[in-house]
Amino acid sequence: MSVVILTVAVWFSQIILALAMMLVAYRLFIGPRAQDRILALDMLYVCAMLQLLVFGVRTGNAIFFEAALIIGMLGFVATVSLAKFLMRGEVIE
Amino acid sequence: MWSSEWLILLVGLPFLGSLLTALLPSHSRSAANWLAGAMALACFGIAISAYSSVTDGMVVRHQVEWVPHLGLSLTLRLDGFAWMFSMLITGIGALVILYARYYMSPKDPVVRFYALLLAFMGAMQGLVVSGNIILLAVFWELTSIFSFLLIGYWHHNQAARDGARMALTITGAGGLCLLAGMVLLGQIVGSYDLDVVLQSGDLIRASDLYLPTLLLILAGALTKSAQFPFHFWLPNAMAAPTPVSAYLHSATMVKAGVFLLTRFWPVLSGTDAWFFIVGFAGLSTLLIGAYFAIFQHDLKGLLAYSTISHLGLVTTLLSLGSPLAAVAAIFHMVNHATFKASLFMAAGIIDHEAGTRDMRRLSGLFSFLPITATLAMVASAAMAGVPLLNGFLSKEMFFAETLEQHRASVLDTVTPYVATIAAAFAVTYSIRLIHTVFFGPRASDLPKVPHEPPRWMRLPIELLVLACLVVGTIPGLSIGSYLDTAVVSVLGDATPVYSLSIWHGFNLPLAMSIVALLGGIVLYMALKSYLDWCEEGPPIFRRLKGQRIFERILVAVSWRWARVAERFLGTRRLQPQLRLIVVAAILAGVWAMWGARHLAPQLTISGVDPVLAMMWLVGGGCAVAAAYQAKFHRLAALIFLGVAGLVTCITFVWLSAPDLGVTQLLVEIVTTVLILLGLRWLPKRDDQIERHGFWVRLRRGRDFFIAVIAGAGMALLAYYMMMTPLPPSVGDYYLQHAYSEGGGTNVVNVILVDFRGFDTLGEIVVLAVVALTVFALLRRFRPAEDNSELPYQQREQNEYDSIQRDREVGETLKDYLLVPSVIMRWMFAAITLLAAYLFLRGHDLPGGGFAAGVAMAIGFLLQYLAGGTRWVEERLRIRPVQWIGFGLLAATATGLGSLTVGYPFLTSYFQYTEVPFIGGVPTASALFFDLGVFSLVVGATVLMLVAIAHQSLRAPKARPDRAVAERAAVEQGES
Repeated sequence: MSVVILTVAVWFSQIILALAMMLVAYRLFIGPRAQDRILALDMLYVCAMLQLLVFGVRTGNAIFFEAALIIGMLGFVATVSLAKFLMRGEVIE
Repeated sequence: MWSSEWLILLVGLPFLGSLLTALLPSHSRSAANWLAGAMALACFGIAISAYSSVTDGMVVRHQVEWVPHLGLSLTLRLDGFAWMFSMLITGIGALVILYARYYMSPKDPVVRFYALLLAFMGAMQGLVVSGNIILLAVFWELTSIFSFLLIGYWHHNQAARDGARMALTITGAGGLCLLAGMVLLGQIVGSYDLDVVLQSGDLIRASDLYLPTLLLILAGALTKSAQFPFHFWLPNAMAAPTPVSAYLHSATMVKAGVFLLTRFWPVLSGTDAWFFIVGFAGLSTLLIGAYFAIFQHDLKGLLAYSTISHLGLVTTLLSLGSPLAAVAAIFHMVNHATFKASLFMAAGIIDHEAGTRDMRRLSGLFSFLPITATLAMVASAAMAGVPLLNGFLSKEMFFAETLEQHRASVLDTVTPYVATIAAAFAVTYSIRLIHTVFFGPRASDLPKVPHEPPRWMRLPIELLVLACLVVGTIPGLSIGSYLDTAVVSVLGDATPVYSLSIWHGFNLPLAMSIVALLGGIVLYMALKSYLDWCEEGPPIFRRLKGQRIFERILVAVSWRWARVAERFLGTRRLQPQLRLIVVAAILAGVWAMWGARHLAPQLTISGVDPVLAMMWLVGGGCAVAAAYQAKFHRLAALIFLGVAGLVTCITFVWLSAPDLGVTQLLVEIVTTVLILLGLRWLPKRDDQIERHGFWVRLRRGRDFFIAVIAGAGMALLAYYMMMTPLPPSVGDYYLQHAYSEGGGTNVVNVILVDFRGFDTLGEIVVLAVVALTVFALLRRFRPAEDNSELPYQQREQNEYDSIQRDREVGETLKDYLLVPSVIMRWMFAAITLLAAYLFLRGHDLPGGGFAAGVAMAIGFLLQYLAGGTRWVEERLRIRPVQWIGFGLLAATATGLGSLTVGYPFLTSYFQYTEVPFIGGVPTASALFFDLGVFSLVVGATVLMLVAIAHQSLRAPKARPDRAVAERAAVEQGES
């Protein structure tokens, strides 16, 4: 029984996450401001991280953990530098 | 028995000497001379000692494997013919070095001269003893390159530069043809080994590829030996120092062509094509060279054309296809080398002593330099073919051969007449040389008062002239057996009976000689007064200069055609260029795949993972959006690109390539920052450019169409590739042996650092080179006018700060970044830990040196982001170049380490090490290699990013200057 619950849960969360990504992508497409797009990118990074973790649960394999770890630790760098670019017009002063 | 290892020494010593000489300090003239002379003499000694091993058609071979499965080996092979050439190369080389000691001016950088001369000697020596025809082509090109450097030795002189470039262009192009010819020859025979090739004459002549092979090889030989119509580079090469001319243009370089013709004479000759092509080139060269030589005013010019003519004689002999003619050709090569080298040296002495080489100014030098004059006279007589000198003997043999019928044709019929006329011309220019220079009234307006040169400067000429005399008077005793050795090694069983005696009785060849001698004298008498005042060059052909034609062609090819090609194919703008490339790629793909449909597996859409499909929708949409926005919204396009990359990484993970996914994610992040850094310096968009409208839409629609086709095609190909079951490949081997051989379970990493470690070493070297290049280029980078000032955001924020009474400039930034910058700084430790984690587990699990290096670089990058360049560099000294250097050293040292314990380069060693508290830790020597990769990647990435980041520091410095200058200009205008 618990296997069924887990399977359903994993599938459900994956679909939900993918839907979230599509919704975020919609924001990314229509913008309208650059700030919206940067936030959307950050959100996509987070979704991708979660998606990878759930994928690891689904396959029962810990090998996908590193990719999620890297997104978690370093994914914000892209967001930060984009934000800094918006704020100051250049990334490194 | 002479050991075959000596052959390596024979070829290697000159190169070694060249290297040693080049390392000498530039003022050590005497040391360089002694070193070069000693090397040449040592080689000469080795060559002499080899004689007993090459008689009677014996061959010494020494083989070192190079790329055996391609049939390439470093085979050295000395037979009688090569031995004879070795004697000429090393012997005359030693004499030339002695001569150059006195010839070269104290102002010349002689160290370079001797180094180049020795290197050339090595290349020439390698050429004659090559036992592999590809190796032969390699040495052939080497002689072209070193002769280029030697001809252009006085590079402050325009004529020397032009002459050198022309020689390189022509002989280099010939060399390329030769290489192609050699490859064809190898294809016909099935081996590149010279011995095998020489035994396959019938096979080669019967082959369909015979004609192209012949043409290509002839193109090489005829250009090198300055045969018509490629003869014109040789006179222009006379801008070289005279020792170079004496060496290259009498004894060695130009002889390489006829050497090659003789070498392949047994397998290529005897056909109509050979007879007509080689015969035509040889005969016309013989005649044209001799005719042109008469009308030269420059001593060296006369000798150059005479050399061309004599080489034509040798070529003609080789074209005839009869063994006797080949004997005469070999004999004449030696004779010509001796008398022409001595004549060049004599011309050098005259130039050196009198200060000019113009025959119209030289006159009556006999009373100034009687000994040199006598020597030059003997050598010229040999050149003219006067009896009792060596030139006479080979010329007689030549006459005798021309009289024989070889192949009934016009060419064959005219040969004796042309030969006689050319011989008469030779007599004319020889007499002219001697008569105008040494006799007549004593010249009074010479730049210098000539006197005899130092004794040692004359010695080389004396020795060579002595050789002419000895061979001319007692040929059988002096050169007979050596010539026989050379001839037997070329002709083998076909060696004819020939006689070297001086007197053959009254026969037709003797009559031809007498006619030529008398005719030459009469012609000189008739032309004498004309020659004293005429322009340089023969009467009718004066205007038809090969040099001019060559230059015209060069201009057309390298300037006009290049311009045309650039106009049609090239563009200064990136977008049309990309369009061309993509369209070409599509066409190439279609062309390659045409008709291969049956190979394709069925497209199926079953078993789709809906989650992945949805993410792909996002990624694909973003990719298209990136393309759509790239034109007008760079930042938006960059964000879209980031998402497309992210989805790609997820796909890698999904399709079970976690290692690739990890690395790609890191690269994705760094790339985003890198492009952002560059975005700051891109020129601003021109508002004049139309954004909407019919034509814009049409253009963008067309590009979209092209992009869709290219992308879909690529996707389709990738899909087919992945769906096609692979045959057993090297990949399976790697999968099976990764742990047992490389000690790692992460196959990708084991491949990178172990199985294909050498590739990785090459790749990281390239990475280092790229990083350094980017760094060097950016040092000189100056931003465009419109974005050299501060971005408007910063200006506004600074203005706000300066207006507020209680704020300082820069406080806005500080406020905004207060929290993020603390986080970013503190993340440094965590990221370092992550990098260490990725690095250490790389051998078994996803990670590795490259991923760890990029992660570490991101750590550094964050510090720059948080605090700015100044803040970071006040606190932390990152030395990217040292990181790169350490990385290269560590990787190479790991590779070399395996050599010390007797394994091939980069063999890895693996074991478990006991570490307290942790237990058995897998340690492979590949870990140190990976450490090198790590260090190098950190260094290279940081170096490139920091180089761009530093632009912002640099730009403000330039600004005040210009503002001050502008203000000054305005004030000046006002006052």
